[in-house]
Formats: sequence, structure tokens, C-alpha cells
Amino acid sequence: MLEIRQLEVNIQDEKQTVKPILRGVNLQIQPGEVHVIMGPNGSGKSTLSNVLAGRDEYEITNGTVTLNGADLLAMNPEERAAHGVFLAFQYPTEIPGVNNMYFLRTALNSQRKLKNMPPLDAADFLALVKTKMKEVGLNESFLHRAVNEGFSGGEKKRNEVLQMLVLEPSFIILDETDSGLDIDALQMVARCVNSMRDGKRSFLVVTHYQRLLDYITPDVIHVMAEGKIQKSGDKSLALELEEKGYSWLKNGSVS
Amino acid sequence: MENKIIKEVVDKQYPYGFETKIESDTIAAGLNEDVIRMISARKNEPEFMLAWRLKAYQHWLTMTPPEWAHLHHEPIDYQNIIYYSAPKSVKDGPKSLDEVDPKLLETYNKLGIPLHEQGRLAGVAVDAVFDSISVATTFKAKLAEAGVIFCPFSEAVHKYPELIEKYLGTVVPYRDNYFAALNSAVFSDGSFVYIPKGVRCPMELSTYFRINEAKTGQFERTLIIADEGSYVSYLEGCTAPMRDENQLHAAVVELVAMDNAQIKYSTVQNWYPGDEEGRGGIYNFVTKRGQCRGVNSKISWTQIETGSAITWKYPSVILQGDNSIGEFYSVALTNNYQQADTGTKMIHIGKNTRSTIISKGISAGHGQNAYRGLVRMLPGAKNARNYTQCDSLLLSDTCGAHTFPYIEVKNPTAHVEHEASTSKIGEDQLFYCRQRGLKTEDAISMIVNGFCKQVFNELPMEFAVEAQKLLEVSLEGSVG
Repeated sequence: MLEIRQLEVNIQDEKQTVKPILRGVNLQIQPGEVHVIMGPNGSGKSTLSNVLAGRDEYEITNGTVTLNGADLLAMNPEERAAHGVFLAFQYPTEIPGVNNMYFLRTALNSQRKLKNMPPLDAADFLALVKTKMKEVGLNESFLHRAVNEGFSGGEKKRNEVLQMLVLEPSFIILDETDSGLDIDALQMVARCVNSMRDGKRSFLVVTHYQRLLDYITPDVIHVMAEGKIQKSGDKSLALELEEKGYSWLKNGSVS
Repeated sequence: MENKIIKEVVDKQYPYGFETKIESDTIAAGLNEDVIRMISARKNEPEFMLAWRLKAYQHWLTMTPPEWAHLHHEPIDYQNIIYYSAPKSVKDGPKSLDEVDPKLLETYNKLGIPLHEQGRLAGVAVDAVFDSISVATTFKAKLAEAGVIFCPFSEAVHKYPELIEKYLGTVVPYRDNYFAALNSAVFSDGSFVYIPKGVRCPMELSTYFRINEAKTGQFERTLIIADEGSYVSYLEGCTAPMRDENQLHAAVVELVAMDNAQIKYSTVQNWYPGDEEGRGGIYNFVTKRGQCRGVNSKISWTQIETGSAITWKYPSVILQGDNSIGEFYSVALTNNYQQADTGTKMIHIGKNTRSTIISKGISAGHGQNAYRGLVRMLPGAKNARNYTQCDSLLLSDTCGAHTFPYIEVKNPTAHVEHEASTSKIGEDQLFYCRQRGLKTEDAISMIVNGFCKQVFNELPMEFAVEAQKLLEVSLEGSVG
């Protein structure tokens, strides 16, 4: 179970001005649940994703985050990864010259090592990854290319999903993975997420659009604004947002 | 924070810092005509060699050290350098490996170069230069069978004086520059290679250089001649023990490629870089140049420069023969207070000549890294082409990268392309790798290796592995 309590986070901009981004976030995600976070730009959704994954440009001023009882905030990013935290990036970075499969195998074996598991050899890994590549719709040329280099936006997102399938994390954050995807890719993402739902693995899905929820049925939808979760509800909340936008949440009408 | 971790990674200690206790035959410091006569006499050189050395010395006296490079160091006291030192135990010259001082062999073993095994296993003939004298040469028989000459320079002077007299100083004349003149006057030894017409050298030729004697300047001279239609790949690797004083290293390498001949010259340079405060380290002032004399000839330089306090080095190609090709692939890494001013010159003389320059500079700590390159298209270089790409990667806020490209085009049909980029190792890249479970140091090394991939691809297999390891060691302690 992921439990976030009273999380407050600041960021310092280039002029050294301190700006609060998260102002007391509370969230509980039970094993097997899919939670969706929606909200206007600048509400703190991506910050929350990054803070959970351990990006260190933020200043955490208050609150706790635990994953299955372990203090997540005390771990560095690679330790969190070994504890099952996976972030599908909104803008996956390119790493020129580093072979995509070499990267993924190194990542997998690095995590296995932290879990005291033996490394997967090259042949087994290749067999595994080829199966998963079919699922995400990447052809085998992506085995030999550099990590995300020259990939289209959609290919980058597919590569993120490929990594998710191979690394088999237990807590998955999808940070606007659906942005910029065509309908086929969107359905692929949903199919992969659904295939990984096993009653134990949990998901935090950050999105702007209701359409992803046509394919993934969330347990809870949260609306975030001004650094706080303003409202939580079931799937109907997403439809309401789609219709009315976010402005009705402001103006003090939020409970 | 990342900075701290990166610094830890970059600050690993130089692992080759030990000194072999071998009695040396060393002369007093200082340079004058008598010293040059003595060096020549000890080597029993023919008269033409002494005459050439003395001319070089006289010319050197009229020159001043170059000051145009982006390098800062105290002036070098050339009278405080010992110009000749040979390990005493090999004075009489070993006939085989068994006769080589075991301590010397032990040194190589510590460096991971077991002369006995590695040479044979890797199919590499090793001409090991220890300080100034070559102590062991393997695989002579196999090479002799192919007609290839690969021997210490001093031996070649005796055995093949006509080749030496014909080619020595024809690519890098002693007048060329301050350090080339100095080298010409005092060089002690080095390697000589001759590949006869139509012969493809049956193995990669490899020389490991090593500076051992304190305060000994090392002045090697290498001459490689590839006759018509021949091919040779030559590997040069360097490591030096730790020491506090700066040591001067001023080598000269000359390559000659005749019609349809190819020379591939690869270097991994790992001289002692000095400590974290910038104390000590090798001053590396090297002149390397190849001449594509014949039609369709090709000379390719690949260098991995991770060592030395100062690197001043521009492996160049004179593209004289029509359709000849020159290549320069370089990775230069400067950490702590290391400085590098390195690049190449591609001089296009012949028609349809082509050159490629790929330069990757990595700066960490307070390191300063300059690319300096000249592409010159002369009036006869009809349809000549050049492509230059130079990329810099910065790993800290205190390091520097500089690019000085010089382009001169005197033929309207010639094409020159230049691309350059400077990037900081991305927090995004690091975080991405770490989020996937990689440790910071593994992530840095992966990103840096990826950055250098284009150049590593040009290295022979066994060297590529060594180069990657070297990069890891050299980086230990470096991003911010």
C-alpha cells in the first residue's frame, strides 16, 4: 500500500525564489487499485510523480510517504526502483549512443541485484524482451537503437511501456503517458496496464483526458488543484470534469 | 546531491601509481651538443643521424615554445631534464623475453599487460618501450615471414639505415615546431615499422610505452611506412607511475602511406594526470602526422586521451595523393586540473580527397578541454570533402570546453561541413537511469560511454574494452 500524508513540497526557481508546489497532499492507494489524478496545468501532478520517484530538485518540507510500510522518502531513486516504484515519464529522455536493450537489461539486472536475484543472461533477456516488444508494438529495430534517440513521441511512450512490462514494478506511475498518443497507441497502453492488473500491483495515472478512462477502469479519481487533492470520486467525476472543466472547483466551491 | 556523488565517482585514485626499482643508466640533467653526441654515441649511430640531430638542436635553439594553445603551466626548464636514461639491466640487450628483467615484466603484469600471455593470446606483437630503450619484441618470426619489419627505432637505424635516411623527418621535419625539433635532437628510441608492397600485416602491432625514471623526459620517435597496397593497424598504449614532479613527454610519430596503402593508428593515452589539486602529472607535447603520399591511400587516427596533466596533440593527415582519405576520431577527457588542447589538421592537396573528424571532449572537475582543428583545402583539392563533428560534454560547473576550428578553402569545388555541440550531462538522463534502477556511477559511465560510442567503434576490439574501463576509472569522482 502507498500512503502519502500531509506532503508539502517546495521548488526553488532560478532566482532562488521558493515556491510551494504541494501544499499538504494526502493519498492512500491500496494494493491492486488504480487511482487517477486529474487537474489543471501547474496543479502539482507532475511534481507529485517526480517526488514519489525521488527526483532531488524538490525540497520536501513536511509529510511522509510509505510504500508497504517502508519510508520511501529516505531512499534514493535506484532504491525506490528496486522497491518496485516505476515512473513512466511524460518526456522520456534520450541517451545517445546507449543501446536501448543494453540499457534495459542493465536496469533489470541492477534491480535484480538489489533484490539478491541472479542476473538474467542475454539469451533469456532477449527472448523476454522480444515478446514484450510485440505487445507494445515496437519492431525489432528498436533493439539496436539508442535509448529514445530519434524516437517519435509515440515510440518513446511505447518504449516506456515496454520498460514497465519488462521490469514488472509493483507501484506504477504513469505521468501523462496518454498525451500525444493516437487511438491505437492509447488502446495499447490501456491493454498493457490492464494486463498488469493482478490484484496486488497498484497504479497512479496522471492524465488530462477522460478518453484513457474509456479503456482503463479506475478505482478512484482525484482532482488536484493548487497543490492539494480537492475532490475524489468515482469514474463519473472524470466525465463531470470533461464537461465543466476545472474552474468550478476553484472559487471556494470545493469541499 | 548529484554533485557530491559524481565527484566521488570521478575522484578514484590513479591505479597505476607504483615505481619499479631498477637501476638506471642515467646522465646528468641538461642539454647541449655534448649530450646529443653522447646519446648518438651510446646508440652507435651512423654519422647521418648525428648530423641530423645536431641540425635539429641548432634549429631548436632559435625557437621559442608555442604560446597559442589554450593551456596554462609554469615554463618548462629544459636544462633541468635528463635526456637519456636506459634500464641498466638491459644494457647488453635481451635476446628473448626470458632475458628481460623480471621486475620489468612484473611492472607490465601490474598494468595488466602480461607480455608472455597477453601478447600471444591477443595475437599482438608487443614492442615494449621502458623509459627509453626497447626491452622486448615478440612475434618477430611471424612478422618476418610476411616481410614486415617491426623493431625498436635504434635497431632500425643499424639494420635499415637507407629506409631511415629516406623517410626520417619527411613528414614531421625537425623545423616543424618547438617540440618536434627537441625530439629530433634528443630522441632515444621508439618503434619502426615497414610493411612491404601488397602485404596485409598479419597482426595488430602494439607498443606499450611507460615512463619510469624520475625527472626523465621521454622522447620517442615512431616511423611507420606502408608501401604500395599494404595495410597495418598499430596500437599505442601508455601508462605511467605516480609522481609529484611534472614530466615532459615530447614524442614524434610519422606515418607514410604509399599508393593504395592504409594505416590505422590507435592510441590509448593514460599518463599520470596529476592529483586532485593539479600537482604533478605528465606534460604531453606530441607531434603526430601522417602523409597519404599515394593515390587511394588512407590514414586513420583514433585516440583516447584520458591521462596527462597537459595534452598538446594534433594528429594530422596530409592528403597528397588523389582520392586519399584522412580520418581523426578522438575522445579527450580532462578531470581535476587536467588541460587538453587537442585536435587535428587535414591538409587537402590532391583531388577527391576526403577527411572525417569526430571529436568528443569530456570535461569534469576543473578540467579544461579545447578542440583545435584545421581543415585546409588547397587550390588543387578539386571536389575534396571534409566533415567535422565536435561535441563537448560538461560534467561540472567548474570545467570548460572550447572549440577552435580553422577552415581555409582555396578551391571552389571543395566542401567543408562543421557541426559542433556542447551539452551538460543531463540531470534528466541521470534521473532517468536511476529511476530504472541504475546506480549513479553506472549511469554516468553509461551516458559518457554512449557519448563516445562513435569513436570507440573505430578502435580494435581489445582496445575498445580497455578504453571503456579507462574512461570509468578516469571519471571516478565527476558530474555537477
